[in-house]
Amino acid sequence: MDNKIETFNLTKKFGKLVAVDNLNVKIKNGEIFGLLGPNGAGKTTTISMLCTILMPTEGTANVNGYDIIKESDAVRKSIGIVFQQPSVDDILTGRENLRLHAMWYSVPKKIRNERIDEVLKLVGLEARQNSLVKTYSGGMRRRLELARGLLHLPEVLFLDEPTLGLDPQTREHIWDYIEVMSEERKMSIILTTHYMEEADRLCDRIAIIDSGKILIIDDPEKLKESIGGDIVCLKSKVKDPRIFKKIESVSGIEVKGDYIILKVKNASENLQQIFEVAKKVEKVEIRSASLNDVFLKYTGKDIRPESGEGGIVQRIMREKSLR
Amino acid sequence: MSQLEAIYALWLREIKVFTRERSRIVTSIFTPILWIFVFGGGLGSAINIGNVNYQTFIYPGILAMSVLFSSVFFGVYIVWDRKIDILKEVLVAPISRTSIFVGKVLGGCTDSMVQALIMLSIGFFVGVYFTPMSFLVAFLILFLLSLSLVSTGLIIGSLMESPEGFNMVISFLVFPLFLFSGALFPLDNLPLWLSIITYIDPVTYGVDSLRFVTIGISKFPLYIDFSILIVFATIMFTIGTISFERMK
Repeated sequence: MDNKIETFNLTKKFGKLVAVDNLNVKIKNGEIFGLLGPNGAGKTTTISMLCTILMPTEGTANVNGYDIIKESDAVRKSIGIVFQQPSVDDILTGRENLRLHAMWYSVPKKIRNERIDEVLKLVGLEARQNSLVKTYSGGMRRRLELARGLLHLPEVLFLDEPTLGLDPQTREHIWDYIEVMSEERKMSIILTTHYMEEADRLCDRIAIIDSGKILIIDDPEKLKESIGGDIVCLKSKVKDPRIFKKIESVSGIEVKGDYIILKVKNASENLQQIFEVAKKVEKVEIRSASLNDVFLKYTGKDIRPESGEGGIVQRIMREKSLR
Repeated sequence: MSQLEAIYALWLREIKVFTRERSRIVTSIFTPILWIFVFGGGLGSAINIGNVNYQTFIYPGILAMSVLFSSVFFGVYIVWDRKIDILKEVLVAPISRTSIFVGKVLGGCTDSMVQALIMLSIGFFVGVYFTPMSFLVAFLILFLLSLSLVSTGLIIGSLMESPEGFNMVISFLVFPLFLFSGALFPLDNLPLWLSIITYIDPVTYGVDSLRFVTIGISKFPLYIDFSILIVFATIMFTIGTISFERMK
């Protein structure tokens, strides 16, 4: 079985809104596959359907060779999920959370403790395993969720915005864990994100998704190459940016405020030519194409970081809660 | 087998929560104790019903009340679990919805039966002396009552989106169930309208049978009380499994 996941015209409608629109995608064995898209693009809806939480309106999918509609129980047994909103139990300790999970997923009694020790070590929570989760920081909760998702040795792991609302340092750690997990366990990982760096760093392949449709699927390097070179940002007195068209290596011109943005093949070698045309240059910035440029090219819009408010409200609710 | 273990895990979780938040016991025991000693003691100094002191008379009613309140209110936790997202982990696990419901019901019953045991043990102070047999029967009645009422609470909880909404619905339900059950007055010689409502209230049969077991007074034969309690528990339990099946 080469494909761990294969969807067949997977569609979800909420009333008139089409959240996921005839999705056809194949995810290979052992790869980290990223669903990249702005808020409301249909990422979480897609994952929810694959995890059998949501029923598709039309179409279906195979996960681990099981049909998500007809064999939802078999699907559930073979997948691990890390939710966007932490779902670990506050009033229990980290270890207790894992123990209950092991019982729910029928991890054999004999190896239960051993397995729990193993995942705790993997995410570096051994020292705090017997503290109540309500004393954990946001990053520790996320790590516990990761550990929990791995506990029953799933063949496919779903990560829904695994680093949403975390500080840069913690994000870096979570990325490390995900990489280690992927290498050690050789499982397929599907992650949704709207962070470009995250997708770039972790994913073997990326699908850019917007309004429920996949715009393009490829590996990050190829996607960046598809931009056609480097990005040169200029601030100059040039009145009509179209004059840059005469330079052969320039493949795209855009104006953003005071700046002219050029797509240039081998910018470092062709800079002289650009300067000659631009005459007086006040500022210049050269960078290689990023996923953000790819994203812009395909969706025509900037990706906006999600506000952390949802998370904060959740956290306040948690503190106010009765238990 | 794995479903049994899943149910055990669900129950275990409720018990851990219960033992960690001991204030829950204290607050839920507090109200029934006030009823027995203040209301029952106050009125009891002036009133006898038949040849039974009023305080002793309402003791079985307050036993049922303590189970009624703690059982139905247990349903609010399912609303909270959903709201703070911890229910999701259980909902996506390879466990049947029926198992989830059973686990939660058993957790809720354990909570309120611990309270029931405390309430049973204070019978001594109001002149009720249990034999091992009568204690056991009283416990069984309270368990049946708890089973149906925890199910009721969970059914409402599975339909509600906010804890506030749950509390509003519940207060419309719990007080009538309590007041119409004859916990505070005898069922003889009631006006017709009141009499009809008390006959409809399933808690009535719990109170009636408890009164028989504790002080030997009852309106209905014990086997009628038991039959109705069992039917009520079966109905609520069945509706509960269906409502969990449909819960999102």
